[in-house]
Amino acid sequence: MKNKKSKTEKTGNISRRGFLKGAGIAAAGTVIVGSGILISKPHSHEKDEKFVPGTISINMKVNGKIREMNIEPRTTLADALRSELHLTGTKVGCNRGACSACTVWIDGIPTLSCMTLAVEVGDREVTTIEGLAKDDRLHPVQEAFIEHDATQCGFCTPGMIMTAAHLLARNPSPTEDDVKKATSGNFCRCGTHPKVFAATLDAAHKA
Amino acid sequence: MNKFSWYDAASIEEAQKEVNATVSQTIQPDSPENAAVFKASGIDLLDLMKEGLSGPAKVVGIRNIPGLDEISFDPEKGLRVGAMVTLSQISGDDRIKANYLALHQAASRAATPQIRNMATLGGNLAQRTHCWYFRSKELVCFRKGSSTCFAHVGENENHAIMSYGYCVSIHSSSLATALMAFDSIVEIKDKDGKIRLVPIKNFFVLPTVDRTRENILEPGELMTAVILPAPKRNTVSYYIKMGSRKSQDWPMAEVAVVAELSGNVCKSVNVALGAAAPVPLISKLANDSITGKTITEATAAEAGRAAMQIALPLSENGYKIPVFQTIIKRALLAVV
Ligand SMILES: Cc1cc2nc3c(=O)[nH]c(=O)nc-3n(C[C@H](O)[C@H](O)[C@H](O)COP(=O)(O)OP(=O)(O)OC[C@H]3O[C@@H](n4cnc5c(N)ncnc54)[C@H](O)[C@@H]3O)c2cc1C
Ligand code: FES
Ligand code: FES
Repeated sequence: MKNKKSKTEKTGNISRRGFLKGAGIAAAGTVIVGSGILISKPHSHEKDEKFVPGTISINMKVNGKIREMNIEPRTTLADALRSELHLTGTKVGCNRGACSACTVWIDGIPTLSCMTLAVEVGDREVTTIEGLAKDDRLHPVQEAFIEHDATQCGFCTPGMIMTAAHLLARNPSPTEDDVKKATSGNFCRCGTHPKVFAATLDAAHKA
Repeated sequence: MNKFSWYDAASIEEAQKEVNATVSQTIQPDSPENAAVFKASGIDLLDLMKEGLSGPAKVVGIRNIPGLDEISFDPEKGLRVGAMVTLSQISGDDRIKANYLALHQAASRAATPQIRNMATLGGNLAQRTHCWYFRSKELVCFRKGSSTCFAHVGENENHAIMSYGYCVSIHSSSLATALMAFDSIVEIKDKDGKIRLVPIKNFFVLPTVDRTRENILEPGELMTAVILPAPKRNTVSYYIKMGSRKSQDWPMAEVAVVAELSGNVCKSVNVALGAAAPVPLISKLANDSITGKTITEATAAEAGRAAMQIALPLSENGYKIPVFQTIIKRALLAVV
């Protein structure tokens, strides 16, 4: 699943839907074929054309900025973030949807970046662990994780923090049970769960 | 994952024009060349592709088709849940929680919070079995064209305990268990644009009928919604999932009960079992055992035992019998 870094043909007329909004090519009714040529629907698509999917250039809004990147249709959001944008804070554990290490927000909703195609993000906004701090100030959950030493090897931590921070955004005074439920999909092999719960509850008190 | 081209459909017609295969067909040895398949949120499809079991030439996204992600409820007509509604949308809907509790509970307990934010109702129903032999690229099991079901001699603790032929896989959809108990109807649009309304018990296909698939969908047929009948007066429902952990896990046994009561007397009931067989099942034996009786600890336990009369456990999954007996009893006691 490595991306080819080769320069792509610039896409032709791409001023449709998602693109109009300036973020993403996943405009409904488009097909991506042969080395990154974007064909607008409904007129130009022929049933028997040869599909040789190649690299394409897309725009994606990540942590408040519109970023351009070269991906293939099969590139996952996790790979796009890590390999194209070098936002390596997002970790890939199982790469199959089972551990939640790769959790990012799409339009504020915790989403598995390993099971999302980059091409599908469209004009929705992605927030990663790198985008959580505001003006050099860590997010309260990040601070609480440091204070409580809620991280060991750290591999699950970015996903854990994105999940916990979303809980607090939705529910500013959660119970321990709420925290357990919210993080029930986030696996930690180092066993930091008790500290994760304590840190999240503490962050809620301070926020 | 194999290379593929991506098509983002703007309408049902457009998506149907593109799609020429089911994902199940792409898993078979005679997979069509240039297969083009539907993708909802892709949790199941991408898993099969990452494993190398499915390699479609084109993936057709249906996320941006308007109108498929809506829930509507009318106390007279019932509930209509669009095929692209996510499990989180279902578990967050107050009308569903108030009128179809078992569906709320099934959606709230399936998979992980993150997956529930992504996974759709349609994809959940059409996902393939998570039998680990079926899911492994290295093993060509009975469902993938060989003559061997490895679970018979292998590790079968998660497999079926009833209604199987040779293949002992279990159906993986938790929502199906609840939807079976409610006598739901699957709304399907065929390639000619005609709507078919299929009772959910006729939607799933046993491997004894066709081992290459788990549901009736033909290439290009799109599920548009699932419809639940209007809640009858004095009808109560409940769902229980038993997994090996309290947090995220696949069910080892699931039950959904929809019961029409008169006081504590069970006038009619539907007991649905999940993770028991290659398809979600209605337990007629449990239904018959409790219908007409006052629901008590004793009659509820009796219904659980009745349901398990036809169980034929494998070498490692005999534990499922007492688990099912217990959760059937608990679910029946929960409705009174
Ligand atoms: C760690 C983990 C734990 C899980 N635990 C559970 C659990 O406890 N209970 C449970 O039920 N599930 C569980 N799942 C499975 C998960 O819920 C399903 O994979 C998911 O619901 C599939 O939905 P999707 O939208 O991603 O489908 P997709 O992967 O997009 O599609 C699945 C299939 O359905 C077809 N399809 C999708 N929509 C339509 C439509 N509208 N019309 C026709 N065909 C369509 C696709 O072509 C494909 O064949 C788990 C998954 C993981 C990874
Ligand atoms: S890496 Fe995405 S869920 Fe494990
Ligand atoms: S800190 Fe190591 S996996 Fe959680």
